[in-house]
Amino acid sequence: MNPEARRTAAPETDAGVPAVPAPEEKTTGNETAETRSATTPETGRAVRGVNEEGSATVTPERRADAVSGVFRVNEEASATVTRLVVVGHGPTASRLVETLTGRGFAGTITVLGEEPRPAYDRVALTSYLAGKSAEDLTYPVPEGVTLRLGARVTGIDREARVVTTADGHAEPYDVLVLATGSSAFVPPVPGRELEGCFVYRTIDDLDAIREASQDAVSGVVIGGGLLGLEAADALRGLGLATHVVEMGGWLMPRQVDEGGGAVLRGHVESLGLNVHTGAGVREIVAGPDGRVNGLVKPDGETIETQVVVFSAGVRPRDELARSSGLDVGERGGIVVDDGMRTSDPAIYAVGECALHEGMVYGLVGPCFTMAEVAADRILGGGAAFARADMSTKLKLLGVEVAQFGAMDGALDVTFMDPVTGVYQKLFVSDDARTLLGGICVGDAAPYNTLKPFVGRELPGSPGELLFTGGPSNMDLPDDAQVCSCNNVTKGQICSAIADKGLTDVAGIKSCTRAGTACGSCVPMLKQILIKSGVEVSKALCEHFAYSRAELFDIVRVRGITTFSQLIAEHGTGRGCDVCKPTVASILASLGNGHILDGEQAALQDTNDHFLANIQRNGTYSVVPRIPGGEITPDKLIVIGEVARDFGLYTKITGGQRIDLFGARVEQLPLIWKRLVDAGFESGHAYGKALRTVKSCVGSTWCRYGVQDSVGLAIALELRYRGLRSPHKLKSAVSGCARECAEARGKDFGIIATEQGWNLYVGGNGGFTPRHADLFASDLPTDELIRIIDRFLMFYIRTADRLQRTSVWLENQGLDYVKEVILEDSLGICAELEAQMERHVAGYADEWRAVLDDSERLRRFVSFVNAPGTPDPSISFEPERDQVKPVLIPLETLRLEPARS
Amino acid sequence: MTVLSEDLRVSREGAGWTRICAYTDLLPERGVCALVDGRQIAVFRTFDGSLYAVGNRDPFSGAFVLSRGIVGSRGDEPTVSSPMHKQVFSLVSGECLDDPAVAVPTYGIRVADDAVEVNVL
Repeated sequence: MNPEARRTAAPETDAGVPAVPAPEEKTTGNETAETRSATTPETGRAVRGVNEEGSATVTPERRADAVSGVFRVNEEASATVTRLVVVGHGPTASRLVETLTGRGFAGTITVLGEEPRPAYDRVALTSYLAGKSAEDLTYPVPEGVTLRLGARVTGIDREARVVTTADGHAEPYDVLVLATGSSAFVPPVPGRELEGCFVYRTIDDLDAIREASQDAVSGVVIGGGLLGLEAADALRGLGLATHVVEMGGWLMPRQVDEGGGAVLRGHVESLGLNVHTGAGVREIVAGPDGRVNGLVKPDGETIETQVVVFSAGVRPRDELARSSGLDVGERGGIVVDDGMRTSDPAIYAVGECALHEGMVYGLVGPCFTMAEVAADRILGGGAAFARADMSTKLKLLGVEVAQFGAMDGALDVTFMDPVTGVYQKLFVSDDARTLLGGICVGDAAPYNTLKPFVGRELPGSPGELLFTGGPSNMDLPDDAQVCSCNNVTKGQICSAIADKGLTDVAGIKSCTRAGTACGSCVPMLKQILIKSGVEVSKALCEHFAYSRAELFDIVRVRGITTFSQLIAEHGTGRGCDVCKPTVASILASLGNGHILDGEQAALQDTNDHFLANIQRNGTYSVVPRIPGGEITPDKLIVIGEVARDFGLYTKITGGQRIDLFGARVEQLPLIWKRLVDAGFESGHAYGKALRTVKSCVGSTWCRYGVQDSVGLAIALELRYRGLRSPHKLKSAVSGCARECAEARGKDFGIIATEQGWNLYVGGNGGFTPRHADLFASDLPTDELIRIIDRFLMFYIRTADRLQRTSVWLENQGLDYVKEVILEDSLGICAELEAQMERHVAGYADEWRAVLDDSERLRRFVSFVNAPGTPDPSISFEPERDQVKPVLIPLETLRLEPARS
Repeated sequence: MTVLSEDLRVSREGAGWTRICAYTDLLPERGVCALVDGRQIAVFRTFDGSLYAVGNRDPFSGAFVLSRGIVGSRGDEPTVSSPMHKQVFSLVSGECLDDPAVAVPTYGIRVADDAVEVNVL
């Protein structure tokens, strides 16, 4: 909920605008309202909104206003609920409806959408071409809202308060909201109507562009603004040689100045795009088939192209308002007041079609604010829309571009790095103390750190701030706006942190909505959290005030062997899903027997508890270890037979082994019995432990190989198998510098040299890819293993929970870790090696140990009172000659009563 | 709907109490699942010996897996966290403590003659 709207929605600020009748007034037509209230438990936000919202229930006084004042309703109408009709279903309309239902609007809501699909996230439109489905982008429609799609509104009868659609449907309203958005502007260029010309606005447009691109070689985007570059990125993604034609002197003229445009152009051209600035279009010409075949510039140059996308700006869709006699601006846009009301008090306009104080807004942030203001007014509040911040920060074609505040000032200071393509400019007052605005290309860090200072005194000299990347100890004033999309100030965030005891960004997002739209302020939210002293605490969770590394030392030094003892002596409460598996991992790293023994069993998450990976339908996967990826034909046959006999889905993993999916809990021991009998052992795919050591074929077979990479990979995988660690560990060995095993993407990777082995550490291919750093060169095998022993044990001792080696290494510093491991600067290497020797000596296959123990085996049942019964909720259907889970649709589930 | 096999020692007495297992079958701080009248009931024994019964279905993922979650506490509230995406539920009220709009059903549970019984009525 927008805190601004919430504040102004307090009961005493009644502006006497259309309010909804009190709930007790509902006599007819209240089915919808009841449906909605019955379903609000499913939408968490809705319920919380109502609870927080003192004003959601309309007071009798306000109801009197509604009847006597603005509505002038007759007796019959006063006995019915308010009928709200929304024309248009885009993001703004969606936000309006969500806000109204979330705040307990008691009337009926009917939305008439022109497109054949419900509202979707237009900001993410390009991701549709990159593979997201229309469903991925679609906003949810709250329960109880009537949505009519493919319904183009053709007329408004303001006297009778009825809108009519193209198909002849008539929809009566008490309150009407126009959220008709905008349409792409197509300049009057000869040839613009040819087949092969498109605009870039809707999912249908994108479908058409995608289809046309299949037979095309090159494409041109007309317009080098924000949307134009996005469209260019889309064409590039479709494999077209892409040109951008911009009338102005440089790209993105509304966001950056000429200098920034030049740097941006460098980035864009380096991606292979052709940029034509200061260039208009003389005409678009057709080929012999009548389709687009070229674009002629005013200078006569012809760009050969089969696809032309117009992205030369948008125009408000105000034709409906115009034909209904509502006031519209000279250059388009439906005139609204601060309450988003048009010249007809029963009609509101929000979003890109609205004209407020001479401004039309195309950014999602101000449009969302308009929706919330209109919703508040409809609910009887007095929220007002103020001239909005037009700051922008985005990443286009991989380049960060940002603009905030004014684009000129008495003085300006520029930082430019042509090597990395960074351009940053600040506009300041004549005494160089007050920040007026800024432009960033290539690195938008100043947007985050400096934007809140717009209109205020800077915390340092502008040049210094740009050069050092902004104030290090940022002390923002409380009224500085942090999230411009949802209009949230630092003060509001700080109050939420203090009042609600928030400890993470997720909490701030759900309490204040800051960071939930474009996400560009999330780094600032983190900063604010740190500043309020929240993240300074290294406490693992509410049960332990220690970090994982501290707990590791406590357990190791004090010789603690049970969770109960640890929490009794060093913690509080009974633990949780954070501390229990962490302590279980620490106990396992220090060698405390089988992970399912005694009390340890209750600490394990479900994967470790059943020695298998839980999948989305509650079944598990089975991954036998295949060291180094080397496997005999006989063993391959066993895996195939087991999969066939148990009906498991099989897939070859990225770690050179075979994953078997779809096993029910009670099948796991039967499956593993067969595998263990055939000589397999646990692959620990379920554990925060060593996964695989991948290898190339190495010098044995490969004519380039210089060392036996397979042999070393097997030796390493067998040495470190079962080693529990803060996060999973992956490794690889390449037999030569060609690096076929991709060892530098691993936690520890080894690459053969003529003299021995090079060791690389801290690589990761996951969420934040990182190339591993060279740690030591030309090592003989025994020396290599000693260093890896030390490295892994040092990581296990000191890393945070769920911290991969990549992040850990960056935090510790490569040089420091080298000193500790290679020079023994802490004098602990003998201890680290001894600890690893204990692990190696104490290793036993976890699955064999389960199969040998009837007590452990008893846990592998779906039902304690029906051990042989399979879980009836699990079923499969065929796909590509294998099985896949049949998923229970969530909406069906959610409609059941929440509790009995 | 699955029919319970006959060797389940399903004893019914009075108002809908169904015997599911021996008390000693339950591990402290861990859950099991029982199938009662076609319903999946997640049954937990906490560190102090208390028993709790809630619906086994995780409302966030739709999968029947809550009995396999990690048992713990939040403040003084005994809890289980979903093994799918870690949302935490109160074992007492069934409410999701991370999203108060969501809850799982709770059921009566008791020990009679060293056997654990649940009531799904």
